[in-house]
Amino acid sequence: MILLFYLAGAVALIATISVIVSTNVVHALVYLIISLLAVAVIFFVLGAPFAAMLEAIVYAGAIMVLFLFVMMMLNLGQATEDEEKAWLRPQLWVGPGLLILVLLVQLVNVLVTQQVDVVPVEVGVRELSVLLFGPWLLAVELASMLLLAGLIAAYHLAKK
Amino acid sequence: MPSIPYEHGLILAAILFVCGLIGVLTRRNIVFILMSLEIMLNACGLAFVVGSARWGHADGQIMFLMILTLAAAEVAVGLGLIIQMYRRFHTVDISVLSEMKG
Repeated sequence: MILLFYLAGAVALIATISVIVSTNVVHALVYLIISLLAVAVIFFVLGAPFAAMLEAIVYAGAIMVLFLFVMMMLNLGQATEDEEKAWLRPQLWVGPGLLILVLLVQLVNVLVTQQVDVVPVEVGVRELSVLLFGPWLLAVELASMLLLAGLIAAYHLAKK
Repeated sequence: MPSIPYEHGLILAAILFVCGLIGVLTRRNIVFILMSLEIMLNACGLAFVVGSARWGHADGQIMFLMILTLAAAEVAVGLGLIIQMYRRFHTVDISVLSEMKG
């Protein structure tokens, strides 16, 4: 189990870095799907099978397919890729990258001081849905309103 | 089941978040910026699920569901904006938007 966790973490990390350094949009999307699936494996190891399934179905399935459809509509060709290569000069990303790395080191330092070993307790679908439709009912309603607003906004914005 | 050091999960979430942040800050292609935002949201969701496993409670997973909803709505609106931008400017370079006047 613990080996699975570190392996999936490494895959997620490599795939994510490949996304942000890639110049081709479709290649980056495929890497992003791999990264999301690796995070789904991590969820499964951490005892959250429902979250893992949602990650695979909604994130890696629905949202990435939406991205892919829009990429096909835009039909970005070789010109965009060449443009990307020209924009990705080291002097553009070294400064912000180093500053962010400093913040990351600070955050990791704070995190490693509190070591607790977790024995994952599986939280099943039943327990989760009892909570969702009990104390969290208002949040579910808010999420549905948010999705409705997103639907209307996407329809309005993508209209000719 | 053997135990997993929970700070390693949080560190992984932090590193993924930072990758997304670097992507948002350094890319000029709006599609890559939207993808980096997805990476950041996903890292937040991972942190919530790790917290949920740490305390043995399902509330973190419910927050992950909310983040998932938020990501779906955000992507729908964002991609609509990208399509509209491509129609008007025929490019995905966000620096053309600096000439907008409100």
